[in-house]
Amino acid sequence: MKDGIGAPVKRKEDKRFTTGKGKYTDDIRNDNQAYAAFVRSPYAHAKVKGIDTSAAMAMDGVIDVLNGQQLTGDGIGNIICGWAITSKDGSPMNMGAWSALATEKVRYVGDAVAVVIAETQALARIAAEAVEVDYEELPVAAHIEAAMADGAPQIHDNAPGNQIYDWELGDEAATDAGLANAAHVTTLNITNNRLSPNPMEPRSAIATYDDAEEHYTLYTTSQNPHVARLVLSAFYNVAPEHKLRVIAPDVGGGFGAKIYIYPEEITCLWASMKTNRSIKWTSDRSEAFLTDAHGRDHVTTAHMGFDADGKITGFKIDTLANIGAYMSLFSSSVPTYLYAPLMSGQYNIQNIHCNVRTYYTNTVPVDAYRGAGRPEATYLVERMMETAAREMGMDPAELRRRNFVQEFPHQTPVLMQYDAGDFPKILQMAQDSADVSGFAARKAEAAKRGKLRGLGYSTFIEACGLAPSKAAGSLGAGVGLWESAEVRVNPVGSIEILTGSHSHGQGHETTFAQIVADRFDLPVENVSIVHGDTDKVQFGMGTYGSRSGPVGMSAVVKAMDKVEAKVKKIAAHTLEASEDDIVIEGGEVKVAGTDKSMAWHEVGLAAYVAHNLPDDMEPGLKETAFFDPVNFSFPSGAFICEVEVDPETGETEIVNFTSADDFGTIINPMIVEGQVHGGVTQGIGQAMLEQVVYDDDGQLLNGSYMDYAMPRAADVPSYSISHHEDSPSPNNPLGVKGCGEAGAIGAPPAVINAITDAIGTNDLAMPATPQAVWNAIQAAK
Amino acid sequence: MTNINMTVNGKAVSGDVPDETLLSEFLRENLRLTGTHVGCDTSQCGACVVHVDGKAIKSCSTLAVALEGADVTTIEGLANGGDLHPMQQAFNDNHGLQCGFCTPGMIMTSVDMVNRYKAEGKELTSDAIRDELEGNICRCTGYHNIVKSVEDAASKM
Repeated sequence: MKDGIGAPVKRKEDKRFTTGKGKYTDDIRNDNQAYAAFVRSPYAHAKVKGIDTSAAMAMDGVIDVLNGQQLTGDGIGNIICGWAITSKDGSPMNMGAWSALATEKVRYVGDAVAVVIAETQALARIAAEAVEVDYEELPVAAHIEAAMADGAPQIHDNAPGNQIYDWELGDEAATDAGLANAAHVTTLNITNNRLSPNPMEPRSAIATYDDAEEHYTLYTTSQNPHVARLVLSAFYNVAPEHKLRVIAPDVGGGFGAKIYIYPEEITCLWASMKTNRSIKWTSDRSEAFLTDAHGRDHVTTAHMGFDADGKITGFKIDTLANIGAYMSLFSSSVPTYLYAPLMSGQYNIQNIHCNVRTYYTNTVPVDAYRGAGRPEATYLVERMMETAAREMGMDPAELRRRNFVQEFPHQTPVLMQYDAGDFPKILQMAQDSADVSGFAARKAEAAKRGKLRGLGYSTFIEACGLAPSKAAGSLGAGVGLWESAEVRVNPVGSIEILTGSHSHGQGHETTFAQIVADRFDLPVENVSIVHGDTDKVQFGMGTYGSRSGPVGMSAVVKAMDKVEAKVKKIAAHTLEASEDDIVIEGGEVKVAGTDKSMAWHEVGLAAYVAHNLPDDMEPGLKETAFFDPVNFSFPSGAFICEVEVDPETGETEIVNFTSADDFGTIINPMIVEGQVHGGVTQGIGQAMLEQVVYDDDGQLLNGSYMDYAMPRAADVPSYSISHHEDSPSPNNPLGVKGCGEAGAIGAPPAVINAITDAIGTNDLAMPATPQAVWNAIQAAK
Repeated sequence: MTNINMTVNGKAVSGDVPDETLLSEFLRENLRLTGTHVGCDTSQCGACVVHVDGKAIKSCSTLAVALEGADVTTIEGLANGGDLHPMQQAFNDNHGLQCGFCTPGMIMTSVDMVNRYKAEGKELTSDAIRDELEGNICRCTGYHNIVKSVEDAASKM
């Protein structure tokens, strides 16, 4: 099968992007278009005492200026967090109110208090500057430590001490005993640096109200348009679902930042009704830094104990997580159920205890960013392993091997049941590819040039394919995390796949077509993919958590099962044969062992003309399916990073980066490798370049590409990638595990382990800028 | 308002625009050529790169009124009829794009890069490509396949 599963098929969607014909939200302009600009707080924490809109309203071309009192007065609901976390004392999390336009208080720099609607974007922005807001400044807690301090400013009235929850997972007493009995205990204090996701397409929304139909249409930069419609209807009361169409057209990257339903979309929808105009808002980059949900931002102390043979006896973690000024849609789950269950890594650890305390601060909300909780866990586990090996004088690869899970399924003490994998094999693949045995010679050669060469490992596991609905529900999720699909065989035999997954760079128009081409032995050109429109696709939970393969494609497979069964019934009836003897191959539906056959398209036509179908059969050839996974999928991998550090300047070059991954079955290796390249680069960005910085007044200090260091081409190396496909996931029909997040999850510890190996100290925080590395070298002298 | 005239993708165009209109705005809003993208406010990301008189420039930081009489090529004008430019084809052949948002700027920058190196008779190494892409940010691909795409196209241009 030329274009089937496993083939590096070139992307079907590329032509429109390489010729400028992509259609992103900001490329759309409606008749009757008006533009929104938001009036945003310049203070991190302040009372709103009054809003004077007279100067703005007096400007020619300003249509209206709307505020939060009007918004809540019209019954628009507060923004909610969709995952309820219960503290260890049994109390519910303290979720503070979040109105799309702030009413009494602003809680971060960028919090919107009003919106200007005007005839042009430029005018809307100028008029927004002319809106005068009377603020009374309040004390600010811009960092976790400040939010926790005695006498800290109270950010939400219902969260005493700014704490949202104090949560735990695992057996604390058993873990304490495991540590007490250890021959060696490694302790680390680790900060996971705050990041801005930065998809290259800024967020954008176009909302249009049809007063005759009382119907809204929203074009938006979303990873999950159906979830947006559900939440906008059920919680924000914008419109009932049948009166609201959400379309996510071409979307220029997401990385988590486009999962959530933000104040801007809600406000544009409401404002389109208020003004009876189509309302367009497009973020600029500085606004994106101020308002797109950030990621990470943990402070952790951890202890890992080992017996005399290097086997882990206990792992205890105490984490403080910054959730920002409000609880974004999945924010509560990221430092809890997407974090602590990953603490077993690839290792057989009997005793784990993880305590997480989460706090409000006067900063933009923090939520899922590529990997979401799993990078934070992996960074911790893999820094602990490397550090412990150094402290115990062991080879870090050998320490990992001694602790690898070897038998599957494997139940960890932190909820997860690993289904399949081969960790020693993957590590060996990476070591062979990276020529680890030649490292000592390379290090000696580098030393002659005055460079410090280091090598670092990261052997990691993810929980992807989010998620079994029942399990998610039992842990507090407000939604089910299945996926749906529809397979339409047209009367001419071409096939349309409607999927609830959403592609914003992942290449679904190619890979989803490949699994159909593979199944029905048809050219990939005969298959098209429809996604991103709530009026076309029946429902969908969208794309995040590396779920499009394990969950989204599985729904397509289930629907194809039904199509295949009907095709065989029709062919058997027409060709007067038994269904069991029908085979589909080479564009034909045949009776095995005979010369009797129908062309594929003849079966499609027969289904729709319905002149000669079995008596009990409905016409048509279109089937739908929902797939709800029974378990997460568990991609795993081994990364090896090799660096050279210039001790005079602290400048670090990644000279080699090797990745060996187990993603289960691979649909398109070209696309999978592209996902790894991008993920690893974001991981290197976290490790060496990126960090959102707020000052103590809650002012964002690096809100543009002039001062937030995005990885550029010369900052990263070429990558060496290999795949292990012999441990497919047993829990979905294709055996796929998901590949979107591995790079961002696995790379940061590999990089920092390599740099700390080179400079001979474990005390180095991310991002390892030249200054930070140089300082670490000096401090260790 | 100023009346401006220029050639865009081989066609004479004109318009009355406010003096502060950026070339990117003129292309996107007046001419509705939306293939040129705006990804930042500080001329850092390069999603807006077009060619003016054969040279790559950032259209988000160029005033339209400063380009009276200029010959502008955007991503929409790069292909020759139905035939993709070798750089466009190379990005497809080498998986040099994912979400596609930075792609128009990447391709326009890369075409200019290869043309300059060829004109100067210089070898375009992978390190040189990475250095030349300093003004173009991609968040999806990790640049690995963009570098491959440019190398591939350079051998065919």
